[in-house]
Amino acid sequence: MPVTTIAGREIHVDEEGFLTVYDEWDPDLAKELATGIGIDLTDAHRKAIDFLRQDYAAQGETATLRRVSTVGGIPTKELFALFPKKPAKKMAYIAGLPKPHGCV
Amino acid sequence: MTTETAPALVPNFDDDEAAGRKLAIICSKGNLDMAYPALVLANAALGEGVETHLFFTFWGFDMITKARMGDLKFTMLGNTATHMPQGLGGLPGMTAMATHRMKKQIAGIGVPEVPEFLDQIVASGGHLWACRMSADMMHVTEEDLYDGVEAIINAADFIEKTNGAQLLFI
Repeated sequence: MPVTTIAGREIHVDEEGFLTVYDEWDPDLAKELATGIGIDLTDAHRKAIDFLRQDYAAQGETATLRRVSTVGGIPTKELFALFPKKPAKKMAYIAGLPKPHGCV
Repeated sequence: MTTETAPALVPNFDDDEAAGRKLAIICSKGNLDMAYPALVLANAALGEGVETHLFFTFWGFDMITKARMGDLKFTMLGNTATHMPQGLGGLPGMTAMATHRMKKQIAGIGVPEVPEFLDQIVASGGHLWACRMSADMMHVTEEDLYDGVEAIINAADFIEKTNGAQLLFI
């Protein structure tokens, strides 16, 4: 597993750059990760990221976009506005989680 | 101490690359099992930032007709992949049973029913179009169609709108 340095911290990532160790993430790191992909993290973003973190802890897998909207209660349209083009992957990255595996 | 720092490994989301990509899916079937491939792929493409158009024609109209879209059916008849005797499929109640079972399986993996799936596709920025010829044949107007359908358009309009798109016929 590659190790990369983000904001002065050594972080374990996969070949693409997604974090692989759940506990290496914290809210400060999220801000750095978001900046790295051109997103300025706001409270609205944080709400989605927090849901993803909690849901992963409970379910053991990253929530799909649909799950974030139906279970997390954040409308799909809003997710596309907050995390443009590829919301599911971008949210997962900022939340320090693997890409979602589900199809829908 | 070293002054060299490797650049941080950050996923490449290829935002610009996806910008030019378009997907067009022609939905010509009204069976439950033939509706899902288009919906799943459209949803996935939208989630990858790909401009996506769905064109509903012939039996595909059932997917966007308000009165029918929640009631698509699955039949064993003519489908050897169920590995059941074909004669069974013709018995009364078999289509209802097969449909019920498939809907349960689909719901079981958290995938929505057709109307809700279309809601999600529209919310994700997908474009829905209805075929002019089919509408005329079946005497259907925009009133009868799901609200997310942008317009009833003819084949030439569709070809124009999907200029440069990758195309799937289902």
